[in-house]
Amino acid sequence: MTAIEVNDWRIALVGTPNCGKTALFNALTGSRQKVANYAGVTVERKSGVLRTASGHRVDLIDLPGTYSLRGRSPDEDITRDVILGKLASESPPDFLLCVADATNLRVALRLVIELKRVHRPMLLVLNMIDIARRRGVDIDLDKLSAELGVPVVTSTAVRRGGIDDLLGRIDEIAGKPTAEIIASDWTVPAASDLRAAQREADRVIRAAVSEPAKPDTWTTRVDAVLLHPVWGMVALLLLLFVMFQAVFAWAEPAMELISQGFDALGAFSAAMLPDGLLQSFIQNGVISGVGSVIVFLPQILILFLFILLLEDLGYMARAAFLMDRIMGGAGLHGRAFIPLLSSFACAIPGIMATRVIDNKRDRLTTIMVAPLMTCSARIPVYTLIIAAFVPNQPVLGVLGLQGLVMFGLYALGIFSALAVSFVANRFFWRDSATPPFMLELPDYKLPQLRSVLMNLYQRAMAFLKRAGTTIFSMMVLIWFLASFPRPPEGATEPAIDFSLAAMIGRWIEPVLAPIGFNWQISVALIPGMAAREVAVASLGTVYAIEGGNEAAEQVGQMLAGQWSFATALAFLAWYVFAPQCASTLAVIKRETGGWRWVLITFFYMLSMAYLAAFVTYRVALALGWG
Amino acid sequence: MSDPGTRTLEANQTTPLGLARRGFCGRVSAIMVGGDHLGVSANEIERRLLEFGIVEGASVQILHEGPVGRDPIAVRVNGTTIALRRREAMAIMVGDHDQAAKTAT
Ligand SMILES: Nc1nc2c(ncn2[C@@H]2O[C@H](COP(=O)(O)OP(=O)(O)OP(=O)(O)O)[C@@H](O)[C@H]2O)c(=O)[nH]1
Ligand SMILES: [Mg+2]
Repeated sequence: MTAIEVNDWRIALVGTPNCGKTALFNALTGSRQKVANYAGVTVERKSGVLRTASGHRVDLIDLPGTYSLRGRSPDEDITRDVILGKLASESPPDFLLCVADATNLRVALRLVIELKRVHRPMLLVLNMIDIARRRGVDIDLDKLSAELGVPVVTSTAVRRGGIDDLLGRIDEIAGKPTAEIIASDWTVPAASDLRAAQREADRVIRAAVSEPAKPDTWTTRVDAVLLHPVWGMVALLLLLFVMFQAVFAWAEPAMELISQGFDALGAFSAAMLPDGLLQSFIQNGVISGVGSVIVFLPQILILFLFILLLEDLGYMARAAFLMDRIMGGAGLHGRAFIPLLSSFACAIPGIMATRVIDNKRDRLTTIMVAPLMTCSARIPVYTLIIAAFVPNQPVLGVLGLQGLVMFGLYALGIFSALAVSFVANRFFWRDSATPPFMLELPDYKLPQLRSVLMNLYQRAMAFLKRAGTTIFSMMVLIWFLASFPRPPEGATEPAIDFSLAAMIGRWIEPVLAPIGFNWQISVALIPGMAAREVAVASLGTVYAIEGGNEAAEQVGQMLAGQWSFATALAFLAWYVFAPQCASTLAVIKRETGGWRWVLITFFYMLSMAYLAAFVTYRVALALGWG
Repeated sequence: MSDPGTRTLEANQTTPLGLARRGFCGRVSAIMVGGDHLGVSANEIERRLLEFGIVEGASVQILHEGPVGRDPIAVRVNGTTIALRRREAMAIMVGDHDQAAKTAT
C-alpha cells in the first residue's frame, strides 16, 4: 500500500480562450492534449499530474477558455463549476494558475481582476512572451505584479520556456502555510462591474506596460487577401478543392505500396498455410478485410495534415468569418462552422466542439447535422467505389474525374447539412433571426513541425488501433457468418450460399432491393454500423470467400465485376446520409443527455439515406446504367 | 461599388459602428443595445461586447468586411481583432478619432 499524500495540490488553469492554457498544461504534465490556434479548442476538463521541484504532487486541471466566470455556454459552465467548486464531488481548486496572452493583456487582466474575487491563491503566467517580445512589448513585471496584487511570471509554453521558474513559484506560493481561507465572494458581474474591471485593467496596463504590442504585420498582410470579400472566398474554395484533390493524388503511391504489401502477405499465407479454415480466416478475414481498410491510412493522414495546418495557422476562425452569412442563411449559428469543419475529420470531436455554442437550439441543430459532413471514415467507402466505377479521365485538362466525383460527394454532404438545418429552423424551431456571432480572430502562427508530426502520428496510431480492434473483431464476425454453416457434402453452389451471412443478407434484401442493394451489401451493412469503413472490409471478406481461394483480387476489382453502375451510385448516395456509426450516436446521447436526439438523428438520416439511394438507383436505371 | 475607404466624421459626432465601412477608425463613446434579439437579452449582448474589451474609450478600427452584404465585420479593438455581425455592432456608438491617434495606430 502506498500512503495517500494528503497534501496534493489541486491547481486549475484558467484564462481567456486561445491564450495557451493547454500548451502550458502539456508542457507541465507531459500530456498530449489538443492545442490549436482558435478559441474553443478545449471543451472538457482534463487533468494531469506533475511534481514540483520540492517533490510535491500536483493535480493540474486544464479547462475551457472563458472571458468571465458567467458561464455563457456549456464549455464555459465547466470552467465556472470547477473554479467555484460547484460540483458536488469536488472542492474548489487550491490554487489558480491564470494564463494570459502577453500580446493581448486587456481582456486577460480584466478576467484576472474578476478571478481575484474567488479568493484563491493565484499566479499569473504571461504566456506567448516570445511573440510579445518580438513585437516590442515592454512589460515591467514587478510593477504589474504590484498593481494587480498577484505574482507574475512569463512563459513560452510551446517551447517549455519559463517552466522551471513557474514550478519554483508554485512551490513558493502554494507551500506557504495558508492564512485563513476566505470564502469566494464572486457574484455574476453586471455590465457596470465589467466596465469597472476593464477600466482597472486598462489602468494597470498603462502603469506597467510601457510599449503595447504593435499589430502583427504578417497577419495584416495575409488577411488583406484571405479576408478579402472576393479573393478570400476564392481562396477558401481553392483550399478545399486542393485538399480533396490532394487526398486523392498524393496518397496514391503510398496506398499502392500498402496494397502490394498486403497482396504479398496474402500470397505468402496461401503458400505457407494448408488449405482449410485457418487459411481462409487469415486470407479472407484478416488480409482482405482489415487490409482493405488499412490501405486508406495515407489518404486519412493527408486530410488530417490539411486540417491540422489550418487549425494551427489560425485559419479556422477566418473561414467562420467568411462563411458566417451563408451559414446564417441556413439558420446555423456562426460558431457552428468550426465544429462542422472538424467533422470532416470525424463527427465525434465535431459534436463535442458544439459546446462553444451558447444557444441550446442552435447547438442541437449543429449536433444533428454534424454527422452529414463527410468524415474521414467515409473516405475508404467513397474511394473504393469511385476507383472501381469512375474512369480516371482528366476533365478540363488538369482535374481528374475521380477527384471531381469525390468533391461532389463532399459538396453534397455540406449542402445537405445546410438544408437540414434550414428545414429544422423553419419548421421545428420556427426561428427566423440568427443569434449573435462574436469570435476572436487570432494572429496567424507558424505551425510547430514537432507538434504537427506528433499529431499525425497519434492519428495514425488511433486509426491502426481501430483497425486492430473494432474493424478486426467485426471481420472475425463477418468471416464467421460467411463461413458457417459449412456446405453439405456434394453441394454444387458456392459454399457461402449456405452460410448464415447469406441467410441474413437474403432476409434483409427485400427491404434494400428497391435501392439496388444485393444480399452481400445488405449483410455488410450490419457490421458497418460499428464504423463506416467496416462496410468496405466486410464486402472484401464476403466477396473474397464467395470467390473462393483464388480470389485474392482487390475488393474494388471484385466489385466492378459484380455490381451495376446504378448499384454503385446508390451505395455512394446511401453513405452520404446513412447513420452508420455507433460511436457518433453514443456521443450524441452523451452530449444531449438522452435518447431523444439520438433517435431523431438516426431516423432522419436513415430516411434520407434510403430516399437518396432510391432516387439515385431509379434515375441511374432510367439512364440505362443498370 | 462606392469607395470603401475611410469615412471620417465630424468631431464629437457619434454613429453606430454597425453603419461604418471598412477603414473606419474611431473611439467607442457608448454601448447602447437597442433591444433583445432571439432570446439574447440586451443586457447579455452588452456584457458580451464589454467582455471583448469593447468599452467606452476603446479605439476601434474596421479591418475587413464579410463577402455577403459586407457582413460580418472584423474590428480591431486596441490590438485584438474580433469578428462580429453588423447587427450587434449597431450597439457600439463610435466617435471619430482625433487625427493624431489615427496616425499613431
Ligand atoms: N509562439 C507561441 N505560441 C504559443 C504559445 N503558447 C501557445 N501558443 C500557441 O497558441 C495557440 C493556442 O494554444 P492553446 O494551448 O490551444 O490555447 P488554449 O488556451 O488552451 O485555448 P482554448 O482551449 O481554446 O481556450 C496554439 O496555436 C499554440 O501553438 C507560446 O508561448 N508561444
Ligand atoms: Mg485549451
